[in-house]
Amino acid sequence: MIHSLFLVNSSGDIFLEKHWKSVVSRSVCDYFFEAQERASEPENVPPVIPTPHHYLISVLRHRIYFVAVIQSEVPPLFVIEFLHRVVDTFQDYFGVCTEAAIKDNVVVVYELLEEMLDNGFPLATESNILKELIKPPTILRTVVNTITGSTNVGEQLPTGQLSVVPWRRTGVKYTNNEAYFDVVEEIDAIIDKSGSTITAEIQGVIDACVKLTGMPDLTLSFMNPRLLDDVSFHPCVRFKRWEAERILSFIPPDGNFRLLSYHVSSQNLVAIPVYVKHNITFREGSSQGRFELTLGPKQTMGKGVEAVLVSSQLPRGVLNTNLNPTQGTYTFDPVTKLLSWDVGKINPQKLPSLKGSMSLQAGASKPDENPTINIQFKIQQSALSGLKVNRLDMYGEKYKPFKGIKYMTKAGKFQVRT
Amino acid sequence: MLSMSTNNLSYNDQGGSDSAVEVGQETTPTSSSNAGAGFGLFSTNFKKNDDLKEMLESNKDSLKLDAMKRIIALIAKGKNASELFPAVVKNVASKNIELKKLVYVYLVRYAEEQQDLALLSISTFQRALKDPNQLIRASALRVLSSIRVPIIVPIMMLAIKEAASDMSPYVRKTSAHAIQKLYSLDPDQKEHLIEVIDKLLKDKSTLVAGSVVMAFEEVCPDRIDLIHKNYRKLCNLLVDVEEWGQVVIISMLTRYARTQFTSPWREDGLFDENSETAFYESDEKKTENEDEKKSYMMDPDHRLLLRNTKPLLQSRNTAVVVSVAQLYWHLAPKHEVGVITKSLVRLLRSHREVQYIVLQNIATMSIQRKGMFEPYMKSFYVRSTDATHIKSLKLEILTSLANEANISTILREFQTYVKSQDKEFAAGTIQAIGRCATNISEVTDTCLQGLVLLLSNRDETVVAESVVVIKKLLQTQPTQHSDIIKHMAKLFDNIAVPMARASILWLMGEYCERVPQIAPDVLRKVAKSFTSEEDIVKLQTVNLAAKLYLTNSKQTKLLTQYILNLGKYDQNYDIRDRTRFIRQLIVPNEKSGALGKYARRILLAPKPAPVLESTYKDRDRYQLGTLSHTINTKASGYLELSDWPAVAPDQSVRNVEVIEPVKEWAPSLGKTGKSKLSKSSDDKFYSDSGEEEGSGNSSSDDSSSSEESSSEVESDEEKSSSQSSEESDKSSSQSEKSSSESDSEQKKKTTKKPPQKKTVKPTAKDSDSDENGNVAKEACSSSAEETSSGSDSGSDSGSGSGSDADSHSGTEHKKKTKSKAKPKMEVKSTKEVSLLDLDDFTPTPVTRPKMSVLSPSLLGDLEGLSLSNISSTMQVSGPAFVPEKSHDLLHRMTGKGLSAQYQFPRQPCLYQPSMVSVQISLTNTSDRPLEQIHIGDRSPTGLNMHCFNTIECLLPEASVTVSLGIDFNDSTQAANFQLCTKEDQFSVSIQPAVGELFLPITMTEQDFRQEQGKRLGMNESSATITMAAANTTSQPISRQVATVANLGVVPSGQDNIHRFAGKTASTGAVVLVTVELRGESTALITINTEKSVMGPMLLRDLKRALAQA
Repeated sequence: MIHSLFLVNSSGDIFLEKHWKSVVSRSVCDYFFEAQERASEPENVPPVIPTPHHYLISVLRHRIYFVAVIQSEVPPLFVIEFLHRVVDTFQDYFGVCTEAAIKDNVVVVYELLEEMLDNGFPLATESNILKELIKPPTILRTVVNTITGSTNVGEQLPTGQLSVVPWRRTGVKYTNNEAYFDVVEEIDAIIDKSGSTITAEIQGVIDACVKLTGMPDLTLSFMNPRLLDDVSFHPCVRFKRWEAERILSFIPPDGNFRLLSYHVSSQNLVAIPVYVKHNITFREGSSQGRFELTLGPKQTMGKGVEAVLVSSQLPRGVLNTNLNPTQGTYTFDPVTKLLSWDVGKINPQKLPSLKGSMSLQAGASKPDENPTINIQFKIQQSALSGLKVNRLDMYGEKYKPFKGIKYMTKAGKFQVRT
Repeated sequence: MLSMSTNNLSYNDQGGSDSAVEVGQETTPTSSSNAGAGFGLFSTNFKKNDDLKEMLESNKDSLKLDAMKRIIALIAKGKNASELFPAVVKNVASKNIELKKLVYVYLVRYAEEQQDLALLSISTFQRALKDPNQLIRASALRVLSSIRVPIIVPIMMLAIKEAASDMSPYVRKTSAHAIQKLYSLDPDQKEHLIEVIDKLLKDKSTLVAGSVVMAFEEVCPDRIDLIHKNYRKLCNLLVDVEEWGQVVIISMLTRYARTQFTSPWREDGLFDENSETAFYESDEKKTENEDEKKSYMMDPDHRLLLRNTKPLLQSRNTAVVVSVAQLYWHLAPKHEVGVITKSLVRLLRSHREVQYIVLQNIATMSIQRKGMFEPYMKSFYVRSTDATHIKSLKLEILTSLANEANISTILREFQTYVKSQDKEFAAGTIQAIGRCATNISEVTDTCLQGLVLLLSNRDETVVAESVVVIKKLLQTQPTQHSDIIKHMAKLFDNIAVPMARASILWLMGEYCERVPQIAPDVLRKVAKSFTSEEDIVKLQTVNLAAKLYLTNSKQTKLLTQYILNLGKYDQNYDIRDRTRFIRQLIVPNEKSGALGKYARRILLAPKPAPVLESTYKDRDRYQLGTLSHTINTKASGYLELSDWPAVAPDQSVRNVEVIEPVKEWAPSLGKTGKSKLSKSSDDKFYSDSGEEEGSGNSSSDDSSSSEESSSEVESDEEKSSSQSSEESDKSSSQSEKSSSESDSEQKKKTTKKPPQKKTVKPTAKDSDSDENGNVAKEACSSSAEETSSGSDSGSDSGSGSGSDADSHSGTEHKKKTKSKAKPKMEVKSTKEVSLLDLDDFTPTPVTRPKMSVLSPSLLGDLEGLSLSNISSTMQVSGPAFVPEKSHDLLHRMTGKGLSAQYQFPRQPCLYQPSMVSVQISLTNTSDRPLEQIHIGDRSPTGLNMHCFNTIECLLPEASVTVSLGIDFNDSTQAANFQLCTKEDQFSVSIQPAVGELFLPITMTEQDFRQEQGKRLGMNESSATITMAAANTTSQPISRQVATVANLGVVPSGQDNIHRFAGKTASTGAVVLVTVELRGESTALITINTEKSVMGPMLLRDLKRALAQA
């Protein structure tokens, strides 16, 4: 399975290596660097690179490449999924997953990697179990440890490891018992030049933050479960119950976790919450181009559209821009040609717009494609698909928990072709 | 010391060069942090190591820990820290667990380089392997097995074997991991490791399943036979296995299924699986007459796999989803594959790398099965933010999905892509348009027009790609398109991309007759620039020249010769070669001969149009989802997916031993289950699967199955009993004389002691009325007597005399009962027997007191005398070591989460000597605590049983082992009782094998003979058997006998005779077993005991055990 792991930063240095079997020389990464050089963008490095004796499978997260060395046949997704899990764990432990954070906590990282894989086969990847084995570093604990000489490492086998609910540790205690659920929907859409929708899909997740004492058994039911076209569950959800009654019944892990992700099919009509009016032109022979962009709300169910961010990759020929936003700020990076406009909140009475001119390279022919516009936004307190949680019940414990449910809609990959 | 210092030196030399780099890095602000204390010292590399050594040798844990942390930081950076090995290894036994762990990490990293020093640490691990804390046991095994030092292979082997039978599933899981490590260290251990794998495969813990299958795949993926028995268990456990294990198990089961089931893909097959029942029935029919194979029927095991993997499509783990998808793709009937589509499309929302792999798999699938993904076409639309390799994969899929209905949508989408700023992608789109045009004839013209428009594009890559694609398209229908060719000729000046130039030249040459004016002109132009062209263009120039020479030699003769001359002196040998060849072919001279005549036909032959195909066309030769599929070459260690077998191999190999609490004769059935079931399994097939752990089948299945199986058992019993009765007939005829004698004696109701009396067991306390022994059939054991025996524990019964001699079992009523010399047998007791025989479970309290008064008290005095002298010669000994076999008492499905297993520890019972001790391990598999577990009603009501104390609370996943004492009264009748929790009551039963009712005793050979002499005739049963080849030496024989019955070995003077002795637990009747080898493989088994019921039963079990390997 996984032989070794190398962590490579964006400048191409290996800053951490870990071997689970015999040591593999770091020169194996030369093949990776070659591929990295060939790729125009960091994302274009192929995830699987065959070399004469090994196979390199890499993921890129937070501008760090996690390069796993494989020696024989293994499902590539197995490795990829595992590497992502490693990143998630680091993020969970250190708050961020950056080169600096990893270097600072190199011992914890090593202990974690040691627990997560045995001989290249995943051993413990469940965050609840890992946290019992190796306590996450906090400032308080660091201080306490230096004084008392106690350690970050648990002495007992985590109880979860052996139970039928490996995701939950036992003996959880809270003074305030609370369970929060965030229904977050992302809308992916491609809008064509004329403003009509080419494709639109809603992907949703329910993220939970559960801090409940003991072994609570929760059920969550929806007003309109039929909306959900395809779902994937956290292992804690009882699948049979869902199949039969469309009710989510589960013993939750302790802390933050993703309970469910779902897909609302593209067959249903999706209401697009914003519209864009644009007029981007390059004239032949002239070194000037016009740029006009206006945003407006549409079908938002009365909720405000917030945190709007417009970005666009302008053609290579554009040298600079001279634009005027009616609200917010805009930046243009002349090197990467990336235009981004932080709009903020859309006021329906006074629609935000960005107008002005672009200066083009003199003498160059006009670009044949207009740039694509990517839009990000948030709508609080509403789930675009109309999904509604009906009720949340708790069994198995006697106290009354505090329950909260929040809805939010976000733009996923929302693109407007111009 | 000397060696150490040299070590040091050499390291420092290295370190010196390193440190220079280090200094530079350390000045960067990123590493000035809390761990920075360690990093800060990097610059002073020379001091640092001494410093670390000092810290490690101090007696403060905190200093040591600090040092270790810094060393780990070194290792993480890829620095060499091996010279600290001696200092580090000293701390391996540290009490501080974090320090210990860090030392482990270090040890594993450097043990290979410092083998001798690493050996110092081994004893620590060996000690830790015995630690009561399972985490410590497991981590000791982990580290021990990770130390790649060949010398310790035997130690590892031992540790693995031990850990494989550890109580803790976590330790067993670790041992499964260790198997692979040992295998890679020393492949010679394969055979031993396979044994361990086989053992662990039988493990029922979900924790172990994934790891052991991984080990299986690594060590012996071809030993598919090990899987048969565990196949259904694995299928049923699958949902509960951790996600990584699921991936491994699914891919293994995919391979397995391809070798074991027939193809569900037969085109003419009727897929009538509408209802489960119809399907099951028809399957039975099929097995009845194998010839009738017209319609395909899926093996139920095949169906089981598909059914149990389907929920995993909902897993959050993408690797699991794809592995289920590939399983369905490779195993499911065509019309069922559709279920995977949605899940795969869902994964497209995941990370970039996941998308890449999933799209690759979809690309392969969509070539064969357009329909699957067509409804989701829009999910494959390209976004400008996608990475290039994702874009081209999406393009690939869109092209495969194109058909007459959706082509216009797709082409419109492609138009956007062509304009993309990513030119590589735009070029890819043009190729895709070309493919659409050839595949769908309706749009060929439209596509061609569109492509021609692209020829005026400003971007060269786009134009060049268009030219290449147009060339291919024109080849398919060249007649109408001379104007396009002309247009392209005009472009020739502006295009610099070699491939495009070559394509135009080729077009000119091929269709020169359609553009007679232009072609020579193009040749003229290219002749000017010939020397500076790329090779591919030069080759096409030569071709063009040749073709024009043949069709239009007037205008082009000189040009051609010029080009051929240039080509003759070209630097590239290919071009020189081609030039020479063309010259010989087209320019007539004396040497050219016959070939010249055909030059025209050779060069201007009509050429077949190229087929534009997907690059994913041939990827389906690899199993989907594998690394080999991704890189499109065979990765090392790739296991081919075999083709479906034409005829399915015997499906009965997957049948598992039935362990049924309700059943009679369970243990003996258990032992023989394999052979028997495979013979007649077909009709019992479903019951088996129904009983499997965790199977989704309802309890109704279970009950029906138990009916079936018990009926099966009965028939079997009849068979064997008739056999044994024949034997006993034989023996009884031998003892005819004595029996007739005894008959008469019996009538007299005398209390005269027969010679056998002396054999009474040593313990006077061993109460029990002899009547028990008389009871022939185990089902009839008299509860009435049981209670009586409980009350008069003080009286010694003459159990030795107690055996009456019906040759029992199912047919005993017909048999004439011949009791051998039972003088003390009262009439009453015989009456009692027959009474009980008739109605098994109705104890008659009225009769009880009589018996208890009569028999034991009478005998007690008489026999007390003989006790002392015998006890010295016959002593209860410890049981021979045999693997403990546990039986299901209560399944977790029926027990609402409470599961119980029992086993016979074969120890004398603490509570009462007449009891057989039973260990019950209770496990709470539910998710709530179970309270007040205790034993409720028992039946027969008089059952003498020592219960365990009520367990107040059993937490989820906790398990507890309790021991019971049960007085079985020397019969194999099941003890039925109720296991109660606070809320529920479950009826369970414990069914002892006859062999479990004995206690082993030791005696001398002489005593054995003497005792044997007292138990001849009716009390002797014997049989001649053919032994399995493996059982012909003394050790296997002892082992087999010990497995069957709890008997002690009696030292034997002769090599070919093996003796074993024991006594029954309740009555203490002596049981003597002799196995005499006669010739190569035959043996005579003789059993001497007054318990004439138990004798033949034991004989039967022994025969069976010795006959099989």
